[in-house]
Amino acid sequence: MGNLTINGLYQSFDRDDGTHLDVLNNLHLEVHDKEFVCILGASGCGKTTLLRLIAGLDQAKSGSIVLDGEEIGGPNPKVGFVFQEYSLFPWRNVIDNVAFGLEMRGVPKEERYATAKKYLDLVSLVQFSTSFPAELSGGMRQRVAVARALALDPVLLLMDEPFGALDAQTRNMLQKELLGIWEKTQKTIIFITHSVDEAVYLADRAIVLSPHAGRICREIPITLPRPRDRTSVEFAELRRDILDLISRT
Amino acid sequence: MTKILPKSHKNRWFGVLAIALCLVIWEIVAVAIVKYSFILPSPTDVFTAFVELVKNGTLILDFEESMVHFAVGMGAALLVGIPIGIFMGWSRKCDAFLNPIVELLRPIPPLAWIPFAIIWFGLTLWSAGFVIFIGSVFPIIINTYSGFRSVPRIYVEAGKMLGCTKSRDLIRHIAFPAALPSVASGIRIATGVAWMCLVAAELFGVSNYGLGKNLWQYYNLHRMDCVVVYMLILGLIGLLVDMLLRYYIDHHFLKWQTKEVA
Repeated sequence: MGNLTINGLYQSFDRDDGTHLDVLNNLHLEVHDKEFVCILGASGCGKTTLLRLIAGLDQAKSGSIVLDGEEIGGPNPKVGFVFQEYSLFPWRNVIDNVAFGLEMRGVPKEERYATAKKYLDLVSLVQFSTSFPAELSGGMRQRVAVARALALDPVLLLMDEPFGALDAQTRNMLQKELLGIWEKTQKTIIFITHSVDEAVYLADRAIVLSPHAGRICREIPITLPRPRDRTSVEFAELRRDILDLISRT
Repeated sequence: MTKILPKSHKNRWFGVLAIALCLVIWEIVAVAIVKYSFILPSPTDVFTAFVELVKNGTLILDFEESMVHFAVGMGAALLVGIPIGIFMGWSRKCDAFLNPIVELLRPIPPLAWIPFAIIWFGLTLWSAGFVIFIGSVFPIIINTYSGFRSVPRIYVEAGKMLGCTKSRDLIRHIAFPAALPSVASGIRIATGVAWMCLVAAELFGVSNYGLGKNLWQYYNLHRMDCVVVYMLILGLIGLLVDMLLRYYIDHHFLKWQTKEVA
């Protein structure tokens, strides 16, 4: 399962002068099992803040985040996270990075290597098992990061602009690959992006956060059949609508 | 790389040439100008003395004794310095508590501890070890501390998301490996300081043998040729230890550091 319910979420940061900066204000969001949701919005609208709260990396001032009936109170093995920057441990080779979570869980070496291999196979990087992250390209590193997050078999996968630093071609390729992985593994995915194109290509539903109010400005279901054609008229129309919406907020 | 390598190999001969030139000039100055081996022993005098010292077997005993002092001091410095550095680097409270103590003790030159080393430990290898410990523990503390302070937050958070949530596990599996290059370079600095302290500590007669001890002994005997032998050996061992550490650090961390730095 992977049903997420967010209710009345409020988060603010304390400024040095004693005032508060409201980042999220009374935010409600419902994400269903196996759904692919993209969160869009201008920089500073609280996208990353929201994702970090869902991950349990930060604590909200008020409101609740419930995953499959369980309140999120801290980092949770049911939630996987792929970071925006390169987050692979540079002192571990690829397979030991992917197997890290299993190692922490006390899974014996052979078993965790077998699982790690399975997920490396999913991102087609098995032949790089013994390479170190420094030897991989940016796209390959993010694929390993996806495999590492999946290795613990979370129900919910959070992705914070994971392809933001990559070139357009690699990005498109990884988007396609991610959809394949999503279909195979049946995870619920919440994906943050700046790119409307990326959201329209990937998501079942695009959620646009408004920049100052700190709440959801609009939810747009995307029902185009997959694989989606970026050059089709429907794709272009959706993209324009969402872009308009973002620039108006 | 391929272009640079042969060039640096060629340049290496310049180094050999420079050393050879120094030896020749030294020999000429000693033999033709100073003409007094007590003031300036010539390279040939030194070599003869070296052969003599090897034959009577003291050199190897000195080496062994010095290595024991070195190992005691460095071993204690590692055992004490790394945990203190970890605590200070990981916990703000530990930092606030220990930092004033470390900062007050650190500027005291290690050799200023010699009187107390002798009072506390007597003329034993422990007092030599203690002085070496004082000299080498601070670079280890400081580098471990700063290594821990500069662990990228993203590694800690990635670890937490993968089920590594307890402080002890985060230190062991994330922070320590991330800080290891800094810890290792602290150890390298510490060995250099330890080696300097070793000679001074041995001058006070804590043992019958020892490179520093006999350097002083031969000075009292006015055997300046032997003093030079000890000086050169001390220098060479220091160089060798440093080279070994540098080789280890470069090879161990290169595979995951190259692109991080560049």
